[in-house]
Amino acid sequence: MATQAWSALSGNRRRIGRQVVLPFGKSVEIAYRSLRVRFLRSLITTLSLVLAVSFFSYNAVGNDIADGLLASGRPEFRQRLIRAGYEIQADAPRIERGAKQRWVLILSLLVCTVGILNAQLMAVTERFREIGTMKCLGALDRFVLRLFLLEAAMMGLVGSVSGAAIGALLALAAGFLRFGVAAVTFLPLAAAALSLISAAGIGLALSLLGVLYPAWVAARMQPVEAMRVET
Amino acid sequence: MSPPPDAAVPDAAHVVRVSGVTKVFRLGKMEVQALQGIDLRIARGEYLSIMGPSGSGKSTLFNMIGGLDKPTTGKVFIDEVDIAQLDAYELAWLRCRKIGYIFQTFNIIPVMTALENVTLPMIFAGMNADAAVQKGLRLLEQVGLGDRHSHKPSELSGGQQQRVAIARALANDPAIILADEPTGNLDLTTGEEIIQLLKRLSAERRVTVISATHDFKMLNVSDRVVWIRDGRIDRIEDREQLSITIGRIGTRS
Repeated sequence: MATQAWSALSGNRRRIGRQVVLPFGKSVEIAYRSLRVRFLRSLITTLSLVLAVSFFSYNAVGNDIADGLLASGRPEFRQRLIRAGYEIQADAPRIERGAKQRWVLILSLLVCTVGILNAQLMAVTERFREIGTMKCLGALDRFVLRLFLLEAAMMGLVGSVSGAAIGALLALAAGFLRFGVAAVTFLPLAAAALSLISAAGIGLALSLLGVLYPAWVAARMQPVEAMRVET
Repeated sequence: MSPPPDAAVPDAAHVVRVSGVTKVFRLGKMEVQALQGIDLRIARGEYLSIMGPSGSGKSTLFNMIGGLDKPTTGKVFIDEVDIAQLDAYELAWLRCRKIGYIFQTFNIIPVMTALENVTLPMIFAGMNADAAVQKGLRLLEQVGLGDRHSHKPSELSGGQQQRVAIARALANDPAIILADEPTGNLDLTTGEEIIQLLKRLSAERRVTVISATHDFKMLNVSDRVVWIRDGRIDRIEDREQLSITIGRIGTRS
């Protein structure tokens, strides 16, 4: 009986791929649980993302505030902006985005990605037996890949949204201290919103980028690893 | 106690057939011949133990039978299907439905409760969630953990974790249960209980149990014992022979 089903299946190879499944909702649930169980580790991984994204967002929103003050057309703001260290060309409607600032931002994002990569590789090593066990239970490579990508996406979403918000709040606070209420009242809202969204988007993208290689390592792992005893 | 498997099963097919299997591992420039030609047939419903000192090739043979490793030469058939011919999907399908694995280190997935561990293979097999939960509860009941289904592995003792693992291995009604040193990390009494449980369930469900073990308690319940030495089958003993020579075996450890 069982033999017949088996040979029928081997005769019809196409169907087998669809016979091993992990529904998306279940994947999300498992990924969420994994994060919660390893809360501290997930938090630390997320924290590096929060730092980099908030730095990015702080700079972007800071520039938006300066743009707003400059666009207000009041000369005293122009003077104070120059004194505060912003580079402003004569008659330019926006402040200069310096090459140095850009490099520092790119570097900080790179360091953050490497940090995520490192943390995720460690997470994979730590979970070798768990992944091997899942494979012994019939998990396909892509289930494992999907679980890791989902975890990274969740961490990325939380980390980059909160990072973007923290950075923007800090930038607003700094602007308020330097320029008073004007920093907030002249802030171009559309530009600030765009800064926030791009900060969050970049954070999410970096989080996924950092997990690609570790997730691939995990997905390619052989199920026999589950048998290994090292205690 | 149990009749010879071949006579007992009308559709006497061998669930596992190993033919001329060799395995060579490359360690740097050195070649290590872990298996040097193994032939073995395992009947449906049989309780088989593979015994041998560490480094004998026992684990290699065991992994081969479980579709976890491929032979260098020779073939392994499970239900007359050559597993070397299977692609990744079919291997996953095989692991999901045909084989239940039990590990020395239990390998209960730590982020899931006992029940979720048992239902996971059923979810992989495409079973509907409610049916999976029903069946999972029944299986946990059968291994004596009916009241602990919502416990996390960290809240369970070693023996209880191994019971969860047994329930999980049985989830998709596999043809074969592969148990790798199932009592290796358990104390004597708990190990004995686990062995009895495996024996009872295999008899009830007519599942073939293949275990790699050092544990002489395992011999009392085995239909056959295969002794591996230096990558070859040293000898195969039936139950009757075993009960005669058990004293001698005991002193061999």
